[in-house]
Amino acid sequence: MLTPALAGLAIFFVYPLVANVYYSFTRYNLLQAPEWIGFRNYTYLFTKDPKVVAAARNTLWLVVILVPVRIVTAMAMAGLLTRAKRAAGFWRTVFYLPALIPPVASIVAFVFLFNPGTGPVNAVLKLVGIKGPLWFNDPALAKPSLVLLGVWVMGDIMIIFLASLLDVPQEQHEAAALDGANAAQRIRYVTLPHLRPVLLFAIVIGVIDTLQYFTEAAVASSVASGRSGVSVQLNQVLGYPRDSLLTYTEWLYVRGFSNFQLGYAASLAVVLFVVTGVFLALLLRRFGAFSPDGRV
Amino acid sequence: MKFHRSAWTGAALAAVAAVTLAACSSAAGPTTGGGASNSSADSGAASSTGAGASDGAAASTDKSTDTGTDASPAKGTLTLWHYYTDREADAVQKVVDQFQAANPGITVKITGGQGSQDISKAISTGSDIDVVILGGGSDLGVMCGSGAFQDLGPQIKKDGLDLSQFVDTPLKSSAYNGVQCSLPLLSDVYGLFYNKDLLSAAGFTEPPKTLDELETMALKLTTYNADGSIKTLGFNPMMGFYENQSGPWSAAVGAAWMAGDKSAISTDSAWAKLIEWQKAFVDKVGYSKLKAFTAGLGDEWSGDNAFQTGQVAMMMDGEWRVAFIEDQKPDLHYGTAPFPVAADKADLYGGGLAMSTYVGIAKTAKGTDLAFKLVKYLAADTGALVTLTNEIKNIPTTQASLASPDLKISDQFRTFLDIAKSPHVFTVPQVATGTGPQDTLLNYWEEFQSGAGGDLTAGLKKVDDDIDNALALSAGP
Repeated sequence: MLTPALAGLAIFFVYPLVANVYYSFTRYNLLQAPEWIGFRNYTYLFTKDPKVVAAARNTLWLVVILVPVRIVTAMAMAGLLTRAKRAAGFWRTVFYLPALIPPVASIVAFVFLFNPGTGPVNAVLKLVGIKGPLWFNDPALAKPSLVLLGVWVMGDIMIIFLASLLDVPQEQHEAAALDGANAAQRIRYVTLPHLRPVLLFAIVIGVIDTLQYFTEAAVASSVASGRSGVSVQLNQVLGYPRDSLLTYTEWLYVRGFSNFQLGYAASLAVVLFVVTGVFLALLLRRFGAFSPDGRV
Repeated sequence: MKFHRSAWTGAALAAVAAVTLAACSSAAGPTTGGGASNSSADSGAASSTGAGASDGAAASTDKSTDTGTDASPAKGTLTLWHYYTDREADAVQKVVDQFQAANPGITVKITGGQGSQDISKAISTGSDIDVVILGGGSDLGVMCGSGAFQDLGPQIKKDGLDLSQFVDTPLKSSAYNGVQCSLPLLSDVYGLFYNKDLLSAAGFTEPPKTLDELETMALKLTTYNADGSIKTLGFNPMMGFYENQSGPWSAAVGAAWMAGDKSAISTDSAWAKLIEWQKAFVDKVGYSKLKAFTAGLGDEWSGDNAFQTGQVAMMMDGEWRVAFIEDQKPDLHYGTAPFPVAADKADLYGGGLAMSTYVGIAKTAKGTDLAFKLVKYLAADTGALVTLTNEIKNIPTTQASLASPDLKISDQFRTFLDIAKSPHVFTVPQVATGTGPQDTLLNYWEEFQSGAGGDLTAGLKKVDDDIDNALALSAGP
């Protein structure tokens, strides 16, 4: 019964992982057979790579800021939607809709909206006497601008929170209210415990997705740099402006497929794997997932 | 606290999922040699008998295209991969159709829109590829150094192909470590585009010839809004803006990239002088103002290109811009000229940077004689090159095609033909890390122009170190 699943696991998970670890100890340019070089890729990674620190820092920033902001916003929006008395379906659709837009299209639209010179956002700000910032063209604001984009498309996790919130027994809220609990206390002691499994799911998925953050940053850099034509190689625009949007996986891509250092890219992937594993282990431990009964 | 085993397993699986994408991309495996081409199954016979028919189109006048005199015509199927798309891909199809018409026994299957990364992946997995047109200008070192491109030397010798017919710089750049692993096929040449109306309105009748003149004219051509922001710009000196990349700028001062196998950016003082001049130019206008102005400009490849809209009076760009203007802004009153050079290197004026496209034979090709027939036709047939030049608007790379009366070109385009003929044509290095040196320098340059680059000497030394370290990782002992 389990054989197909185990075969799939072996072929699509275990083999790539083992092969990746092997390649990380080789010099491999995709065109020639891998050559074993021991720990040289790792030595370079931790002592000489000029951009890996910046790329890791940007990615960590997104994990620490983007993930919580998206989750809190999605929870708040879901909470508001549970209170909608009229046209609830309409409002749920409206707030979920951005999540259905293909990522590349939504990013391109977002960057155009926030174009400092021609975008409607700065045009509106100008009408009220505010000089609009450079948004995606400013190294200091590029990542926060991506957070705004992340909030706009938070419908994917909002819908899960909404389902969970609607599942919270009203009797418990009523009982808590009878016992004198105020709104904040009811959220703390009634709502949040029910949301705990969904919250853990959202954090785990959010952290994994953000550690692999690529498409949004790459497209934003490409469009904002004004060089999004097919003649421009992706490595020429990744990270724009001034590496503020260079993520870890983008740097992995550049080293692997622009510099043809697949062996080194594999070592970057191994480090990402280890960091992800440690991150998730700490997270699960914090949520009590390692308790004897295994319940979150 | 002891971790529960199942929870550890769950965490590990989640982490595996996180890294699978990267793992899969690098787990393609070494060259397998599988997937052998069967498209050139007859090429062995073809190669042993040679070619009887003329390679080129009827319009060709280049005798070098005649690859053989044997009575039996070449037969077989070739697979050609190239990076062109849309209109440019149609032009390639056109000349290949001419090749097939002149060689009825040969069928060419074309796969277009493939960049060097796509091609390297395909070759590494033994895909059906015989001939490759490689764009981008900087990845030949990877292709040749890895053996993905075959050494054309034996074929050139066997055929008697005269290499002196090629323009010097593209020809030199088509070899790697002394191995002629490709032939040049068109090139991109950089120069100055200037808006004649805007220059005339400011009292200028000629484009600048030195960097100092460029700066003086640009500052006079720049206009400002009431709030102090830039309205129109004489010339945008910001690195990273459109074609303001490290490669094209190197030709303005004749700066060297490499000394032997080491990066020479910190040791060639031309770089430091150029970067200091550029930073001072930026500061005279104001980094913040330039940044804000640049951020509001249209995309380089769209009809909103800042030069085409008149927001920028002068701009560095490649010869392809002529075709874009013909298509997107045909009424633009503009001129072209060689890009200005440093005043103390005035002799360089008239030259510029050339980034070639290359055509070579993939290691997966099964019949090199037949494949070379197509390579030679594409690279050396005057008729084919003239057709490609007229259609794609790139610079041909043989002396005969450069001088061909069949070229249908405008005065603006002719400037770039003249630049290509100059003895002062530069190109970028072919190294094992592709565009690594150019990207590394540009990255620091952008930091420096913002004021965050620190000491220039130390910064350029670090650029050298970063380039050398990366090269050592790819090709070191």
